[in-house]
Amino acid sequence: MPAFIISRVLQALPVMLAVALISFAMFAYVGDPVAIMLGQDYTQAQRDALIRDLGLDQPFFVQFGTFLLNAVQGEFGLSYRLSRPVIELIAERAPATLELALTAAFLALLVGVPMGIYTGLYRNSWLSRFFLTFSLIGVSLPTFLIGILLILCFSVWLGWLPSFGRGDTVQLGWWSTGFLTASGLKALILPSITLGLFQMTLIMRLVRAEMLEVLRTDYIKFARARGLTNRAVNFGHALKNTLVPVITITGLQLGAIIAFAIVTETVFQWPGMGLLFIQSVGAADIPVMAAYLILIAALFVTINLIVDLLYFAVDPRLRVGGAKGH
Amino acid sequence: MSNTQPLLEVRNLRVEFPTRRGTLVALDDVSFEIQPGEVLGVVGESGAGKSMTGAAIIGLLEPPGRIAGGQILLNGRRIDNLPYKEMRTVRGREIGAIFQDPLTTLNPLYTVGRQLVETMTTHLPIGPGEARKKAIEWLELVGIPAAAQRIDSYPHEFSGGMRQRVVIALALCAEPKLIVADEPTTALDVSIQAQVIALLKTLAREKGTSMMLVTHDMGVIAETADRVAVMYAGRIAEIGAVRQVVKHPSHPYTIGLMGSIPPITHRLERMQQIEGSMPRLSAIPRGCAYNPRCPQVFARCREERPELTPAGETRASCWLYDAESEQQVLRAGAHA
Repeated sequence: MPAFIISRVLQALPVMLAVALISFAMFAYVGDPVAIMLGQDYTQAQRDALIRDLGLDQPFFVQFGTFLLNAVQGEFGLSYRLSRPVIELIAERAPATLELALTAAFLALLVGVPMGIYTGLYRNSWLSRFFLTFSLIGVSLPTFLIGILLILCFSVWLGWLPSFGRGDTVQLGWWSTGFLTASGLKALILPSITLGLFQMTLIMRLVRAEMLEVLRTDYIKFARARGLTNRAVNFGHALKNTLVPVITITGLQLGAIIAFAIVTETVFQWPGMGLLFIQSVGAADIPVMAAYLILIAALFVTINLIVDLLYFAVDPRLRVGGAKGH
Repeated sequence: MSNTQPLLEVRNLRVEFPTRRGTLVALDDVSFEIQPGEVLGVVGESGAGKSMTGAAIIGLLEPPGRIAGGQILLNGRRIDNLPYKEMRTVRGREIGAIFQDPLTTLNPLYTVGRQLVETMTTHLPIGPGEARKKAIEWLELVGIPAAAQRIDSYPHEFSGGMRQRVVIALALCAEPKLIVADEPTTALDVSIQAQVIALLKTLAREKGTSMMLVTHDMGVIAETADRVAVMYAGRIAEIGAVRQVVKHPSHPYTIGLMGSIPPITHRLERMQQIEGSMPRLSAIPRGCAYNPRCPQVFARCREERPELTPAGETRASCWLYDAESEQQVLRAGAHA
């Protein structure tokens, strides 16, 4: 098992390197940070000095090399826009995004899996049909529209929930959490529903399809022929066999939730990394954008590793194959 | 037959499949019984309804298939109309089932021990500890070497033949009185088939378990069964003691079936075969379903459906053995 983890980490290195190169290269041509930082009035000498300071006069690969060296040490330079260390900015924003994303993912799983099981077991009940119709809405409505509709309904008309921001937060070391205050929890509701709705319906449809597939198998029929209780057959035997694909998709979707929180964060003015990224794009703030992309890539790679490890926990067949393969 | 009450009694069983193009009758007027300790072989071509009969008995017909008529009695108690929850306590406990393909019958995610233990604790008044001990005994009984170690293995760590042994242990571990074995050896290597059949036979005899053995292998039937039912197009064509059916078949279909088994005593230029093929469920002919292929067909066969009647040493659903038809056959013979 440790050998497997090491080999996966080694596999992840080229991926991370490629992402770093692409993000760095892309943003090297995205805008002119110098012009934005200097403002309206400047002399050519000031401009040249700034370019030298930022290292922008160096050849592309020298710039990239410097960037990589620093990045490995957790040093992403200063934000052009805010003149503060990038790592500090991201550390400040990360808790907001992670709390939002985890809540959304948790919500999606907690509601999506039972709905999937139900619609798989009772294919023809009216509640199943309702869930399926409802899931169509979740899959097809764009996130920003759902967010705006929710704000309209619960903030503007009913006035129950705040329409923007994180509410009050409590500082736990460097981590600021909204979980511990009433206003923080209230502020979390609408954004997490907005962010998690698509994943929820996706998980529901996935679990349903897998359940239908598994319920047709011989071993489920045999489990029934052995006279096991419905509960044991449906949950013990059928559900567990649907888990592998569900874990895959949920894992990937967790990455997607964090990465695509951008839209939700913009709609709700959520002070997370996504909002930081959008603001940085507007200012051509290359260090922040590059660091953000690399961070997201690292998250995806980590989640994939966890997903692979979960496979081993669920499916004994992989344990043998995996041991041989590595 | 003896006067004791049969263990299983199937009376005029009819199974239908409602489809968009009308209702298909998969089993029609199927009646037979199995005595305590008896092995009944059920043979027929693919689609004749053998497996369907087994599925109907254990109450696990694939929807939309349903029992549309008749009765199934176990020890005199009707089980065809039991609610799902009550039928659950019959399955496994009173009727064990063995399926065709051992590679797909076991849940891949659980050890064989866990599957045995859950079956026993579901039906028998024993705890997990005792069930585990019994599980090891069962694995030994079905011939799994080093059972005490192998109990914690997963199905994929066993060969096909070994897995079928595990399936047999699973079917028998709650000590049912009847086993419905649906082609238990079809998916196995020929060399393993004989072993598995021998094991089934021995265990059934030791435990006094009756068995309904569904197969299309006449060899298996001849070796294992006490009586045999030959099915054709959802009906029983002939039923009787296995020796009689093999040696002196009455129904022309059975005669054809026995004729198609190649003899081992001499070489054949060409294998015997029955002309044509079994009708699809949607196109079962009027009268006797076998009439288009039957070499001894006569007028009545195309009009009326025959019931099971005594025919020689066995019972066959064929007009040849009906007193009224004898005249007709004679007349037909005279014309020819």
